[in-house]
Amino acid sequence: MIKYAISDSLIITKRQLLQLIRVPEVLIFSTIQPVMFVLLFRYVFGGSISTGIPGVDYVQLLMPGIFVQTVAFTLAGTAVGLAEDMQKGLIDRFRSLPISRSAVVFGRTLGDGALNIVVLAVMGLAGYAVGWRPSSGIFSILLGFAFLLLFGFAMAWVGVLIGLSVRSARVANAAVFIAVFPLTFLSNAFAPTTGMPRALQYFAEWNPVSTMVAGCRELFGLQNIFGVTANSWPSQNPLEMSLIYMVIIMAIFIPLSVRKYINTASK
Amino acid sequence: MINPIKVFETPNDLAKIGIAGIMSPKPTATRKEIEVKTATSLGRPLKGEFNLILNQAFPEVRIWQQRGKITTIGQVKAVIAENLIKTYDKGKIRALDGLSLDVEEGTVLGVLGPNGAGKTTTVRILATLLTPDSGRASVAGIDVIKNPGKVREVIGLSGQYAAVDETLTGWDNLTMFSRLYHLSPAASKKRADELLEQFSLTDAAKRPIKTYSGGMRRRLDLAASLIVKPKILFLDEPTTGLDPRGRIEMWEVIQGLVKDGTTLLLTTQYLEEADQLADEIAVIDHGKVIARGTSDQLKKEVGGERLEIVAEAKDLKQVAEIVGKVSGGKVLVEEGSRQVSAPVTTGSRALIEAVRSLDDLGIHPLDIALKRPSLDDVFIALTGHVAEENKPEEGEVKSRRGRRK
Repeated sequence: MIKYAISDSLIITKRQLLQLIRVPEVLIFSTIQPVMFVLLFRYVFGGSISTGIPGVDYVQLLMPGIFVQTVAFTLAGTAVGLAEDMQKGLIDRFRSLPISRSAVVFGRTLGDGALNIVVLAVMGLAGYAVGWRPSSGIFSILLGFAFLLLFGFAMAWVGVLIGLSVRSARVANAAVFIAVFPLTFLSNAFAPTTGMPRALQYFAEWNPVSTMVAGCRELFGLQNIFGVTANSWPSQNPLEMSLIYMVIIMAIFIPLSVRKYINTASK
Repeated sequence: MINPIKVFETPNDLAKIGIAGIMSPKPTATRKEIEVKTATSLGRPLKGEFNLILNQAFPEVRIWQQRGKITTIGQVKAVIAENLIKTYDKGKIRALDGLSLDVEEGTVLGVLGPNGAGKTTTVRILATLLTPDSGRASVAGIDVIKNPGKVREVIGLSGQYAAVDETLTGWDNLTMFSRLYHLSPAASKKRADELLEQFSLTDAAKRPIKTYSGGMRRRLDLAASLIVKPKILFLDEPTTGLDPRGRIEMWEVIQGLVKDGTTLLLTTQYLEEADQLADEIAVIDHGKVIARGTSDQLKKEVGGERLEIVAEAKDLKQVAEIVGKVSGGKVLVEEGSRQVSAPVTTGSRALIEAVRSLDDLGIHPLDIALKRPSLDDVFIALTGHVAEENKPEEGEVKSRRGRRK
């Protein structure tokens, strides 16, 4: 049974990779967008945002922020993809097959997580081209990327629940945007939180996006600067806090999503 | 109208009529298998002790056990639904309102009804995609509510939307679904090739589904539901939205499947389609079966035949007199179309009588016929409305205007 649960999931994942081969535009555009962000922030805002750390230019701070934003948006692809499958009746077909009840959603989140490997690699290269130089060792850098991949996987599970709950792919897209966009901007991802109103600073420092960004900056060899909550636990231990957040997200959303899939009725 | 359910009391009763022998591990024999058994075990008594397992939920399914092994089964209904009730929106929409039906093994049941009658909901329940609020259902003797996983192993489902991955090629889709049915990679490729061949899609195998015509899509969708040669196939409006050519192609494909002994439950809103494909028809409206029988039985139920004569305007009066004499019923004269008609009970004899009388008077009718009621007439007589005029049900929406014959 477990053997089938795994192989069924991988078949679903394979389907997604196959889609990328058949329609390469999807992969091209999902990498162009983050690269565009890198360039925009680097050259448009980069000149006017001060890092507050002597000798460190903005691109060093920016790259971890953009990495985290991009993987946070993994759930958009998951939600839209599932909503489309549901609209087209594909979920009905999957549900009528004698396969493991969690294979379709596990396969989907694995596939979306795997897509991030390509996206992050392309972004890393683009970042390098515009001056990003992580100063830690190779092990730390790889660990940073592993963290990013895991965060993307965790977020994909939120996407599963959204995708299976809305009526159409267009609604899914809008819902995801409303949920994730503020989360990535009310954080330390693009600008130091020190400039925010005090109340927002608290929110920003506890925001999982911020702890992820701070954690990645640490792993890429960068010192973090904080506002009012510099002494708070999440600011002091961003990696541990991020890990806790990811575990919480998965502990909540994996069972909820699987249950939603089992009980779902297509619209 | 419903055939009485055959129940075999003992394994030897079964042996007498030929359904016997060891049918494990699969306790639901298709008609074909039964024929094979007939040749080998007819009249030969079965030896040993048998225990009858009472199936509380489905008394018509009798299973005998010999030393812990299921050896014989007396089930003749491949699909049974009893008193299914399903409501949506907290009871506001009553999609199914005590629906009951059954399908005999190896036959085709056409579930005929307008949009919103509950056809799709019925199929979704039987295919384990939806749980009814109350009622019971079994497929191949397996309870769909208690044991959905087992049901999924013996059914094939093809919905009214072509539920395949449109970005992938036909071949990609079939190999993927084969793999999900746990065929080995090599067997999956082989099966995909076979099915593409069978459904004349070999040329389009390597093209994305997006480029397929509506008919090709439906055929591929159907192929995907036949990967493991299911014992029972559910087709939910298989030709809705197809052009006439696509529809006829699809009919041929379905007729081919039925010939191979697959039990089929087919929903349709096309009266002609049910007439063409189904052995038996269940007419449903507002979540209930309102009539059930063969196409002929249903037509009879609505009323007998009508004698219809079209004649020259000057002869209409005399023709009406003759028709009146032959029929004995109420004669309808339509001046505009110059048609005279009346119900008859004597069949072709009425026709001969009318022809003789007309000939005696030297009247040559333009057209003369004995008309049996169409399924359209059946529907109107049963429901009081035309099959197409109804509000759409959830999942049965979209702008699909039903075609009248």
